[in-house]
Order: sequence, then C-alpha cells, then structure tokens
Amino acid sequence: MPLSREEVEHIAHLARLEFSEKELEAFTQELSQILDYMEKLSELDTSEVEPTYHALTVSNRFREDRVRPSFPPEEITQNAPQKEGSAFVVPKVIK
Amino acid sequence: MERLSLTEIRRQLQKGAFSAEEITKFYLSRIERLDPKVRAYLTVTPEEALAQAREADRLRAQGEDRPLLGVPVSVKDNICTRGLRTTCASKILEDFVPPYDATVVERLKAAGAVILGKTNLDEFAMGSSTENSAFFPTRNPWDLERVPGGSSGGSAAAVAAGLCAGSLGSDTGGSIRQPASFGGVVGFKPTYGRVSRYGLVAFASSLDQIGPLTRTVEDAALLLQVVGGPDPRDSTSYPEPQPHYLEVLAKPVSKAKFGLPREAWGEGLSEEVRSVLESVFKVVEDLGGELKEISLPHLAYALPAYYIIAPAEASSNLARYDGVKYGFRAEGGSLIEMYKKTRSQGFGREVKRRIMLGTYALSAGYYEAYYGKASQVRTLIKRDFERAFEEVDLILTPVSPTPAFKLGEKTQDPLQMYLSDVYTIPVNLAGLPALSLPAGYTGGGLPVGLQIIAPAFSESLLLAQAYALEKALALDLGPPSLED
Repeated sequence: MPLSREEVEHIAHLARLEFSEKELEAFTQELSQILDYMEKLSELDTSEVEPTYHALTVSNRFREDRVRPSFPPEEITQNAPQKEGSAFVVPKVIK
Repeated sequence: MERLSLTEIRRQLQKGAFSAEEITKFYLSRIERLDPKVRAYLTVTPEEALAQAREADRLRAQGEDRPLLGVPVSVKDNICTRGLRTTCASKILEDFVPPYDATVVERLKAAGAVILGKTNLDEFAMGSSTENSAFFPTRNPWDLERVPGGSSGGSAAAVAAGLCAGSLGSDTGGSIRQPASFGGVVGFKPTYGRVSRYGLVAFASSLDQIGPLTRTVEDAALLLQVVGGPDPRDSTSYPEPQPHYLEVLAKPVSKAKFGLPREAWGEGLSEEVRSVLESVFKVVEDLGGELKEISLPHLAYALPAYYIIAPAEASSNLARYDGVKYGFRAEGGSLIEMYKKTRSQGFGREVKRRIMLGTYALSAGYYEAYYGKASQVRTLIKRDFERAFEEVDLILTPVSPTPAFKLGEKTQDPLQMYLSDVYTIPVNLAGLPALSLPAGYTGGGLPVGLQIIAPAFSESLLLAQAYALEKALALDLGPPSLED
C-alpha cells in the first residue's frame, strides 16, 4: 500500500479536511488503490520530455492599465456567511 | 413540439407560428409534469423565463431579430447566473447567488435566449453519472433505472427528455460528451480557449471548457456561435474571432480521411457499443470518407495522467471554499477548526477524494513523481494527436466503453467510474475539439455516441463532417415517452 494512515491524516490537514476513524480507513485504502493505478505512468521513460502544463501555448495577454468599474463591496460580500459592514468576519486569529 | 430543435424553434418564432411566451410555457409545463421523473433541473425559474420570453416577443414585434430571440435553453449549475442560485450541486454553495453572469450567460441573454433553469451535475463537475450531486441523482430518460452520465447529466437528460431544446454544459474530462452519448444527444466540447471560462466555477483550469448539448449538430453550431469567441476577461480565451459555423454547414462537405486509433477500438470496449459504432463506418465510407487505422501509442496513459493533473488543479481551485467569502460555514472555535469543519461538512465524498489525491500529488517530496510525471506524459499524448493529424483529418473513437449503466452500479468503485471517460479524457489533455454524435441504439434501446475529434480550432471541419454524417444516419432520437 503506497499510503499509510498517518500520511492520509497529514494530507487531510494540508487540505483542511478532517475525517472520522472510519473515513480515514476507507480513504487510506481507496487512495492507495488509485495511486497503485497511477504507477502505470512509471512504465514510460520521460527523462527527455518537456512537461505540458497547459493545453495550448499561451503567453501573457496584457491590457491597458486603466481604471474600470469594479463590483461594489456590498455585492461582493452579499454571500458571506458572516460580515460586518463590508468586512468578512472570521474566528479570532490573533490571541 | 418537444422534438423541435433550437434551429426549428428559431424558424417558427421568426415565422410567427408561435410566440416565445407560448414555447416557454410549453417547456415549463413539460418540466413541471415530467421532471419529477427525470430530475434534470436543480432550479427552474418560471417567472424570470416568462419575463424574458415576453421581452423577446416585444422586441420581435418591433421588428428585431437576434440569433436566439425567444428560444428557451438551460444552463448547467456550475455556470454563474446573476441573481440566480448557482450551486455546483454542492452543499458548500447551496445558497450562493452570483453577483455576475458568466460570459456565456451574458452572451446567451444578449442573443435573446430564455433561460428555463439550471441543470443538475456531479458536485463541482466531478463524476460520470450525476450521482455525486449533493441534492439528488438525475435519471436517464431512456431508462429511468440508469444514469444519464455526467457530469453534465442534467443538461443531457433535459435535452434528451425534451425539457429544453439546448443546454450549456462543461467538459473537463468528458463531462459533455459522455452524457450526450448516454442520452442520444449531440455534445460538443470545443477547443480549449474557444469559449470563455469567465464565470464557470473552476474545477481543473487547464482542462475545463464550456460547450453545447443539443438535439442536432446545427444547433450545436448555433449555440457555439453565440457563446464562443474571445473574451478579455479570460486570458486563456483564444484571441481570434470565430468562423461562421452555420455558413460552413450550408456548403457541400469535402471528402475527409478518418483515423481509427487501434488503441481505442481494442480491448475494453463493450461488444454492444462496438457493434453500433462499427455499423457507422459503412455510412462514413458511403459519404466518400476514407477510414484509416492509426495509432495513439500513449492513449492508455491518459487516464492515470488525468487523475493526477485534474485533482491537482482541483485541490488548488477548491481551496477558496473556506467558509469566509461565500457559501456554507460550520462553526469552529479557531480559524483552522472552522476551515476544517466547513470543508468536511460542505464537500461530498468524491470531491474530498479528489482534493486529497491532488493535495498528495502536489505535496513536498511527491510533486515530481506525480504532477511532474503526469505533465510530461501529457506532452506525449499531445504529440500522439499531432502526429496522427499529419495522416488524417479527423479521428473517430467511441465516447464511452459502455452505454448508460445502472444507478449505483459504479458508486462503490471510483476506478471503475473513472474508466467511463477513458476515450474522452485524452482529448482534454491535448485541448482538442471533439463531438459526441448519436450513432444508434443498442439492442436494449440505449443510445450510443460516436466521438469525432479534430485538430485544435478546426471546429468548422468537425461540425461539417458531423452534420453530413448525422443527415446520412437519419436517426429517430425521441424523446422517449415519459408520460404515464
């Protein structure tokens, strides 16, 4: 099995997810199975191959740096679960 | 009337055979009566649709005409609609009301289209059966015990069932083409960059593309014409203006050379799909097409490469759902606790699975072995297609190895579900345009699609050949009877 339970817990933390004992067990098994399948890629020698990160060759597209209207703060914050004025409210970060 | 194509509806509206209000009411009443069986829609907007229809009628009375004036369509619910809930079929966005329209929606509206509602999908477009919707699964109108495919299953089912005449979906690894095949409708994924992604909720940004699901090839051309083309708000959109697809369709079709990749027609393809599709080869030849066996040697590596690249991009894109700016929030004592609880309660299982996979593939120590390697394999797949297109004009493959499968059949085995997209995924990795054309029915009466793949930005060639083939096949595409 390519993945240990501890690794799955670590990845979950990185991804800001948490799982019950049962879910951890299931995910360890499922993800290991999927990663086993990915091993197929190691059949290929890619040492001389450039990676493709994008389907088509794209380069930066520049535009004029002009002031344009943007969304009013009240529209942008209208979906916030908790807000104060035009600010998002989150649990206290600084002790 | 439920058999009318977009193009026919447009013609009838121009002739005054019926009004936009009448055709809109017709679809709304069909949705009310039949959608409880199919469940293609997450949100139906009768009042807004009728208002848009009356406005269209008013404009027409003043002598105006536009490409879709008064024509009712639906939109997949991962495409933002201003003031109208856009959920991505996820609990985390259940109450999200976008403050803006996606570019494609803006263009639909500018063309005069009437939007009937938003269609169901696999949560965040991750899945091949629409069973991963956090709200309910959609059913296949040809057999209600079977899945409509996914992730644009709601759009495909809505068109197949005559609950709209056309829909916009999105395709990251086959999410337009596979449900189109399962539903007996046309599904077209244009070249990456042909359609703006502004306002499409991001899944895997280097692969995502919006496209039409329609009853006919001509309709697909019409819808693409309206929504495609350059957009300054999406820097990956292709800067050149679109060709006039409908004018291309009006001309006689040229003789084309079709490649049949042996890797796609070998092992893994079900006999029932093979026999339907092989019967089409003869029709292709009758039209003057030449068939040629070709090779895409790295085809078998596309699926593992995709399931590294797409989840890697998804894990990064979905980091934005943190319970702060929009969407669902769970209570937690600290910020990090709030993040974890929000995301764990808000995302469904497949989405979490892919976030985990992607996070792992991008994590320190594994980045090169997984994401790096997969990106190199992507180059090999792209080159395979480039070489093939030196020999042939278009490539023909199946869309999916099987016809529509039963609900629940693959939900316990993610790898089996992933295999459903084995023929569509390579096309996204290479960024090419591809269309699923209804090709016939299995003995059990389930539709089967043929995938036609073209070189980048050769939509005109692809549409012209698909149009000729569609006419030669002359299939009866329902909709199936859903009345009691």
